Amino acid sequence: VYQVFESVAKKYDVMNDSMTLGIHRVWKDILMHKMNPCPGTLLLDVAGGTGDIAFRFINYVRSVRQRQLQRKLRHNQNLSWQEIFESYQKDKFNSLGDSQVVVCDINREMLKVGKQKAQHLGYSEGLSWVLGNAEELPFDDDKFDVYTIAFGIRNVTRIDLALQEAYRVLKPGGRFLCLEFSHVSNPILSRLYDLYSFQVIPVLGEVIAGDWKSYQYLVESIRQFPPQEELKAMIEDAGFFKVDYENLNFGIVAIHSGFKL
Amino acid sequence: GRARPSHSEPRGRDGRGEQEEMEGWHQLYPGHIPTSPLQKALLAAGSAVMALYDPYRHDMVAVLGETTGCLALPSLRDKMKNHPEGYRILQERPRIRLSTLDMARLQGLPDGSLGREYVRFLEDNKVSPDTRMPPKFVDDEELAYVIRRYREVHDLMHTLLGMPTNMLGEVVVKWFEAIQTGLPMCVLGAAFGPARLSTRKLQVLATELVPWAVRSGLNASCVLNVYYEQRWEQPVESLREELGIFPPP
Repeated sequence: VYQVFESVAKKYDVMNDSMTLGIHRVWKDILMHKMNPCPGTLLLDVAGGTGDIAFRFINYVRSVRQRQLQRKLRHNQNLSWQEIFESYQKDKFNSLGDSQVVVCDINREMLKVGKQKAQHLGYSEGLSWVLGNAEELPFDDDKFDVYTIAFGIRNVTRIDLALQEAYRVLKPGGRFLCLEFSHVSNPILSRLYDLYSFQVIPVLGEVIAGDWKSYQYLVESIRQFPPQEELKAMIEDAGFFKVDYENLNFGIVAIHSGFKL
Repeated sequence: GRARPSHSEPRGRDGRGEQEEMEGWHQLYPGHIPTSPLQKALLAAGSAVMALYDPYRHDMVAVLGETTGCLALPSLRDKMKNHPEGYRILQERPRIRLSTLDMARLQGLPDGSLGREYVRFLEDNKVSPDTRMPPKFVDDEELAYVIRRYREVHDLMHTLLGMPTNMLGEVVVKWFEAIQTGLPMCVLGAAFGPARLSTRKLQVLATELVPWAVRSGLNASCVLNVYYEQRWEQPVESLREELGIFPPP
């Protein structure tokens, strides 16, 4: 799996856009809206390599924070100048409201691409990059408010271990969110989806990234991944409560969610 | 039904055997990736576009050649089979690689000999025969060798025609190869290659070089039927005469 992603890292984003015709951006936006983080949230994004989820998180809390600050300022109309000055000082340099995201990935190349993207797009504060394995996270217990893994869990050899680790590092009350390719139950759509996956995607891989085999692997790993209900059961086994899933695009993609209580 | 790999059995997720497991079906030679007709069509279209968009993607030119060569390659192979020297090449399957070429010996050969001029060509243009893509999408093991031979002999074409590896030289060689092999990739390269040349070069191309290349291509016997590895000492001029390639302008 490691070698697949080494060669894939640089062209990852281009390939994602071509394979999903840009729809993967919408899926990730939906994930963020479902998460609905408030400022002050500490997020762990596992297998987050090139930073897509992390950047969306930062944008989201920044805009929530903006609205918070605006509301605060409006309520401060009747304060003394001293009080306004003080509150302004406190909030001015806190555009993220102490929110933080830690991007963890097993692959150095993916992290490198992510860091470059962050620099290029101007993301600096509230972001850290850690090399680590989802099956054995380099973090203490009960640390994070939210754990996300977007299109990464199907590449983990022992999903149960990754889920256990997710449970461990989350604070009580923390939320587990998983965005992943899943199973299409509709038979007609399923056949069309299979046709597209097996006929078109490896060709795209060869033409765009010069790498047929990695994308053949990708398509096959999607088929082998547990379907929605099975994954839900696995998440429950790890100790999560209120586990549920939401199908996107008829099950091509699903968001699973669970809470550590 | 379409030729598709079976994907319904669950497979172990250890990365160790993933290469063999993925390619376990119908792999005819190392590096072979079996493809359905639809995939070949998509590859042909995609590689054509990408090759034009990014001329440094030599792998795309190679893929285009493989996916469109289904008519030309068998006829090329038959030409080889029906010729004593070509037949021997098909039997013995020689490969032109830096590891198999005795560079020192070739350099020591007299000027004007095939070996000396070939090495000179490689040095002057800073190219190596080892950078040719191995075939992936040809669904016949012998035809895969034929296209591989064609790629490895390409530098010798340059030497025989006296053309450098700049855009102009490459286009001229493509015209020659298009006539000789009938590979659609050569035809497309010959037709679209000139698009990136200046008008001055286009003039030279159109008035002198292409007519010469075409005449030589038509007149010459099949260049893949020459066992080059056994002819290093032969003077280039004599080989040209033997094949029927007219002296370059």
